[in-house]
Amino acid sequence: MNLFACLYAPGNLPLLVECAREFSPHMEEVPSDALIFDLTGLNKMFGTPADIAALIAARVGVPASIGIAPNPDCALHCARGFAGVTIVLRGRECAALAPLPVNLLQAPAEIAETFDQWGIRTFGELAALPPLGVAARLGQEGTRLWQLARGEWERLLNSARDPLRFSEELELEYPVELLEPLSFLLSRMLHDLCARLHQASLAASEIRLRLTLETGFVHARTLRFPAPMIDPLALLKILQLDLQGQPPTAPVVKVTLEAEPARPRTQQHGLFQPQSPEPEKMELTIARIGAFVGAGNIGTPRIQDTHRPDAFEMVRFGSVVGETVSQSGPVRAALRRFRPPRVAQVQLSGGRPVNVRSLSISGVVQDCSGPWRTSGDWWTSEAWERDEWDVALSSGMLVRMHFDRGTERWFLEGCYD
Amino acid sequence: MSAAAAIRTQVQAALPRFDLPLVITPRPAPELLAIGIPALDTLTQGGIPRGSMTEIAGEASSGRTTILHSLIARATSQGEYCTLIDTHDAFDPATAAECGAVLSHLLWIRCGANTENALKAADRIVQAGGFGLVIFDLSDTDMLSARRISLASWFRLRHAVEKTSSALAVFSRQFNARSCSRLQIELRRTGTTWSTHLRSVAFEAETRKYQFSRRAAFEAQRFDPLA
Repeated sequence: MNLFACLYAPGNLPLLVECAREFSPHMEEVPSDALIFDLTGLNKMFGTPADIAALIAARVGVPASIGIAPNPDCALHCARGFAGVTIVLRGRECAALAPLPVNLLQAPAEIAETFDQWGIRTFGELAALPPLGVAARLGQEGTRLWQLARGEWERLLNSARDPLRFSEELELEYPVELLEPLSFLLSRMLHDLCARLHQASLAASEIRLRLTLETGFVHARTLRFPAPMIDPLALLKILQLDLQGQPPTAPVVKVTLEAEPARPRTQQHGLFQPQSPEPEKMELTIARIGAFVGAGNIGTPRIQDTHRPDAFEMVRFGSVVGETVSQSGPVRAALRRFRPPRVAQVQLSGGRPVNVRSLSISGVVQDCSGPWRTSGDWWTSEAWERDEWDVALSSGMLVRMHFDRGTERWFLEGCYD
Repeated sequence: MSAAAAIRTQVQAALPRFDLPLVITPRPAPELLAIGIPALDTLTQGGIPRGSMTEIAGEASSGRTTILHSLIARATSQGEYCTLIDTHDAFDPATAAECGAVLSHLLWIRCGANTENALKAADRIVQAGGFGLVIFDLSDTDMLSARRISLASWFRLRHAVEKTSSALAVFSRQFNARSCSRLQIELRRTGTTWSTHLRSVAFEAETRKYQFSRRAAFEAQRFDPLA
């Protein structure tokens, strides 16, 4: 049997919340003076509703009206309308609420005016009206008020929940200097954190690590994942690899680990869809490879919106969503870039290159085309202007080179391959 | 009688006391990943094999990178994910995108001319699985350094890729993996067409390791950004 209690004490809502926590985690705050909470099932522990009411009255600590009723709104109206303790049993709601003034219903202004014109002053007078007549004249809202006046309006509690926060903190008795003992601590904290995330059916989309150093500085690292992760071992390995690349500069005295909760990835692959790497496994693989090639050298290229040659940036793999398009058109000769472009000495004859020499590539020019002049960014301090040539060398290479008009030097940019 | 059956008969005749479970199971034909260049797809009877290593070798300007871009474009346009282990940081995303590559499906690993790191990265990627195409680009690595990669490393890569449905393509100046590769394609440039500008480049490809050597020619046009 459902049973709800309402505490009414204007201005003392925090105390009411504290009292209600001792009886139930399911509670609803009614701004700004009342609190409704669920007592269903407490009779097995505390006895009759009267016994429960006595316990609540003993623990509330401030003068408060207490209403206990089979539904939340009936309990609320009892607490607001009557002083002291009011207990309403199932089937007696209408009679118990009858003497209460109708303005407790907090009806919309238009309906309240109608009640006034009709001479309705109490819950009992409203409850005595025929339901079909109320529905015909006042609509859905009128019916709801009529049911409230009879104490028959059933609903679920709109429970207020604390925001979920997943963090672990550990103050160390002795400073930790090496990464290995620190890894043991991180492992324990990550296991606890992941267990709590798992309990809440969540995963971590971001891990924030704050290491308070002996010198007073804080070494903060933030790891974001393209897909939420829950495996503590994988997270530990990623943290270890990150700390190996960016180690703290002094012994650690305090460790704080925080996880950003997110819904875990749920994806069902189609039978005929191409395979794709598992995000969790991929994140670990990328971290491992990034540890020896450099984190900036692994990722997905994104071409920048400029005409400047070789303008791109590296972004995290999996963070960009691209549309797949069907390939069409003729086969294109590809360019292999020299990064950075190689400085060359070029001999000209009649304005055309005849001989090219650089540290690694040299040869007599057998065929060439150009110059193709391009320029850009002239409105910034990074202006560029160049004359581009395609050259076939006697060594067999097809080279793209350019004359930089800013520095007046020749560069080999790449070879067609 | 096939060669395998003949060997079996000979062994059983020499060792009559033993009931040898000498059954040679024919390997199923591999699934193929199309290259995207019709002449080469015909030459290779459909593309490069998945779950195997393919070597593509040739000198500079012999068409290796043209095939590399075409492979990436073909695979990514079908929604597959690709990895490029770029030993000498020579990949040009702009021309690859012009060829039709979907760059968001590409994981690019730039190894800064460190062959050892490139090899380690290739091993990690192949072990991780999940990619439709893994490209190991050793095109600019000098022949001596490429030769120094031990046969054991190639075997390890071959063994790892066999368990996946990834196609592993190795681009280099010469064939290095020996028996570890299932298909070898040798490239050379046969001509260049010039008008007012470099118009197109003609290449010739020759397959190795198939029942007989076959050749095919293909042409690649220069991308003109001003066109």
